[in-house]
Amino acid sequence: MMETFIYLAWTMAKILAIVLSIILVVAYLTYFERKVIGFMHARLGPNRVGFLGFKLRGIGQPFADVLKLLTKEIIFPQKANKFLFVVAPMITLATAFAAWAVIPFSEGLVLADINAGLAYVLAMTSLGVYGVIIAGWASNSKYALLGALRSAAQIISYEIAMGFALVGVLVAAGTLNISGIVEGQQGGLFNWFFIPLFPLFIVYFISGVAETNRAPFDVAEGESEIVAGFHVEYSGAAFALFFLGEYANMILISALATLLFLGGWYSPFWGDSWLAQPSILWFIAKTSIFLYTYFWLRATLPRYRYDQIMRLGWKVFIPITIVWIMVVAVLKVYQIGPWF
Amino acid sequence: MTPELLQQILFYLFGAIAIGSGMAVVSVRNTVYSALFLVLCFFNVAVLWLLIEAEFLAIILVLVYVGAVMVLFLFVIMMLDVKKVTKSQLKSGYTRAAILIAAAMLVELVMLFAYRLQNQLPADELIRQGLEYSNVAEIGMALFVDYVYPFEVAGVILLVAIVAAIMLTIRKRPENKQIDPSKQIHVNPSDRVRVVSMDAEKGNGEES
Repeated sequence: MMETFIYLAWTMAKILAIVLSIILVVAYLTYFERKVIGFMHARLGPNRVGFLGFKLRGIGQPFADVLKLLTKEIIFPQKANKFLFVVAPMITLATAFAAWAVIPFSEGLVLADINAGLAYVLAMTSLGVYGVIIAGWASNSKYALLGALRSAAQIISYEIAMGFALVGVLVAAGTLNISGIVEGQQGGLFNWFFIPLFPLFIVYFISGVAETNRAPFDVAEGESEIVAGFHVEYSGAAFALFFLGEYANMILISALATLLFLGGWYSPFWGDSWLAQPSILWFIAKTSIFLYTYFWLRATLPRYRYDQIMRLGWKVFIPITIVWIMVVAVLKVYQIGPWF
Repeated sequence: MTPELLQQILFYLFGAIAIGSGMAVVSVRNTVYSALFLVLCFFNVAVLWLLIEAEFLAIILVLVYVGAVMVLFLFVIMMLDVKKVTKSQLKSGYTRAAILIAAAMLVELVMLFAYRLQNQLPADELIRQGLEYSNVAEIGMALFVDYVYPFEVAGVILLVAIVAAIMLTIRKRPENKQIDPSKQIHVNPSDRVRVVSMDAEKGNGEES
């Protein structure tokens, strides 16, 4: 009895630690995003809010934003379905956080090291679309419904390409367990899976950008066409939940790209030097590269047209992934290279 | 509380939600609610599968049915803007057919229970496997080694069904404005845009 209780309390503590660190990272990710895009646009970005009267290049901005969002009123549109309207942001947030349960941050540093880890992550991320659809429908607004429909079609399309890209990783690693996949890439830069699986790596990351509804695939929000898409009627804390869910999903996609293709916590160097030691710092550094790429894309590319998005997903990515799965299977059968 | 008791409580809890949401699917008036209740039903069935340690099947159920199939259902329902079902529609011929099918399934279930009560079906306890047992590998072996031909045949049948469905429904619409992207990127701006240099107008403007 006591043991069960301690076990439960310990697990809750771990969950709390993961969730709190994700929230903190999300807060500073928004600051980082505004700074990066600001510098790419040749302006300064947020630089006013600091601590105790010191501006410190605007380092207190995320907290000011959070405070503002939490103190705003939540407005319910007339004839909105109140129950679903409130539940939708919770679904988005819960699924975005639930997927983190199986992500290993470093060797052994994982909440639940389950066999079917990768399938679990895919299942949880595919549930996130319900938050968007239900929000769009419950708002009783044309713009919101249009945004929800766009998002549903887009996520379904890119999930297939993404799933196929992950099949390539499964063939190469021979396991669905994420720690196992990382361990298959031990031994320096040239043993990472992004070399034999390069097309799948590119397809995976672009599909990930499309899955999270980020620019240049952000037609679900497309402010120039449908105001703010599915969350147009949301304000205050409810909007903050959508925001948090979207950013948590971005970090998740980046972390998965790191784990599956860039060797997770392993160092790019080989040998016995201190630089070659596996560490969580490598994991964080690699994940940051992908997060930076998100903002880089957002500052650089114009939004895709809707039919172009569909064409890219169905007619370009899916054929590429199918062909490359065959190639990987051949490489695997004949044991080519240091990867298999 | 023993683990067995906890498991039983969880089973009855999620089983009750699954049955309740399944009944709600056919009894609520609003089609979108029906679809959402079906999602809830699938989800609870997935939890029941987790309880009998079929975690891979449970995850795949969520991934395929909840994550993809039901999203498309909802998509279509929202696109079509189905009106709420009225009482008179509930008494249509479909209802009678549905009741017949449901009755047939009930009879089958009762027969199954009868066999079970007469001990003609195995009534073993759930077989517990060790920690290193992977039911992902087990399903893979069953599908691709033991039953590879039926599996492949099923795959081909599905493929034929997809091709047939597309062939039956595809139609070129004359108002379709789709452009071939390869043509689009080979457009030369000088073919379409003429740059005219004009002198600045004099007079009428502000004196500088």
